[in-house]
Amino acid sequence: MSGQRVLAVRELTAYLQRLIGNDGRLANVWVKGEISNLRRPVSGHLYFTLKDQVAALRCVMFQGRSRSLSLRLQDGLEVIARGQVAIYPRDGVYQLYVAEIFPAGVGMASLALQELAARLEREGLFAAERKRPLPLLPRRVGLVTSPSGAALRDMVTVSRRRFPGIDLVLAPATVQGDTAPLELARALELLGKLGGVDVIIIGRGGGSAEDLSAFNTEIVARAIYACPVPVIAAVGHETDLTLADRVADRRAPTPSAAAELAVPVKTELEERLNILAARTRRGLEHRLQMARARLERLVKSRGMARPQQELYYRQQYLDGLEQRLLASWQRHSGAREQALQLLTARLEAASPLAILSRGYAVCRRPGGGPPIRRSLEVAPGERVEVVLSQGRLQCQVEHVDGG
Amino acid sequence: MPEGEQLKFEEALQKLEGIVRALEGEGLTLEDSLAYYQEGIRLVRLCRQRLQEVEGKLQALLVQEGEVVLKEISLPGGEGYGA
Repeated sequence: MSGQRVLAVRELTAYLQRLIGNDGRLANVWVKGEISNLRRPVSGHLYFTLKDQVAALRCVMFQGRSRSLSLRLQDGLEVIARGQVAIYPRDGVYQLYVAEIFPAGVGMASLALQELAARLEREGLFAAERKRPLPLLPRRVGLVTSPSGAALRDMVTVSRRRFPGIDLVLAPATVQGDTAPLELARALELLGKLGGVDVIIIGRGGGSAEDLSAFNTEIVARAIYACPVPVIAAVGHETDLTLADRVADRRAPTPSAAAELAVPVKTELEERLNILAARTRRGLEHRLQMARARLERLVKSRGMARPQQELYYRQQYLDGLEQRLLASWQRHSGAREQALQLLTARLEAASPLAILSRGYAVCRRPGGGPPIRRSLEVAPGERVEVVLSQGRLQCQVEHVDGG
Repeated sequence: MPEGEQLKFEEALQKLEGIVRALEGEGLTLEDSLAYYQEGIRLVRLCRQRLQEVEGKLQALLVQEGEVVLKEISLPGGEGYGA
């Protein structure tokens, strides 16, 4: 081009096209301006001009892109467009071939944030299934916040009121300004390594969207994600969630609310324990009582009672036998006595002495022997003895009569 | 503390609740219920101890010459907020 050669228009245009096409920055550029001269021909392509007080830029958005546009474009709307700058040879103009368009209110930072959020979401940092439950009774609660802020005072006050004995460890960090993201991330990391810290609150008092930017940084989001203990985000604000809120295991609207999530009420826990202790005691007592009752029932049951009963039966039987024995003995001995008396009487009645006493005599040979019953048993001259009731007669037989 | 005592408070509380349910239910032998009771009482003591043993310190974690140190602090201008 150094020679003063005359160019065809198309040659110059082609040159400019190459020049612009080789510029990496122009291949993907963000431009902010106000829409004017918006046209929507039947082709579906969108044509408009972006302008500010000083300059104007022709823009085209092809139908393929504009079809999926959610934003309702109209003249006067302030937007941010992203696209490629190229030459349109036929009209000899450069224009922006728009790929995406956003309302300008969102701001560049918000766009970048949206991209970052989408990326972290794809990586699973916000996944509901990785949210960890908070401990019921933390040994220590870690606080990541400014040592001079109202947030710290609120969190300490609430913690002390609910459970005075819980240890609090502050990992101080500035919460806004350039160094805030790194300080917040570092504080989280230190608390995570300390040990004995069972839950961490990261937060600050309320602030404008810009004040919260540290909690929207990738480094803070990743530090929360990497933290070994559950994290509660308390980035007091009312608009959109920060990345910290979305990564954290729980989020609270204020630091005070976060402390309420982290710290249990001591008296409630004590009450719960007392109830459980009482139920434990009653449970055992009830069981012992049941066991005792069951034992009683068993002891009283026929099965268990029978041996005893049998014993009683036998004793009773024995007693009966004894009585019968006695009775029969008495009966027997009485009868004998009677019999004896009878016999004695009969004996006496049958006694020869009794007969003799009535005047009869017994005759027998002298010196004993059986009574002589017939006269022929003796001969005349023989001696006999006559026994009387009183005394005896020694006699000699003179005659024997009869026979 | 012995190994068993490292049980987290809520784990101990959950075990305790299970024991109470078992004791209140049917089907435990007397020996078992005694063992359950003893374990229950042990857990109650453990939980009570955990409720008491914390000291209520307010500390700050600071890095001094590359070392992480804990330092007792109180809140500036605080009234009843300190450790």
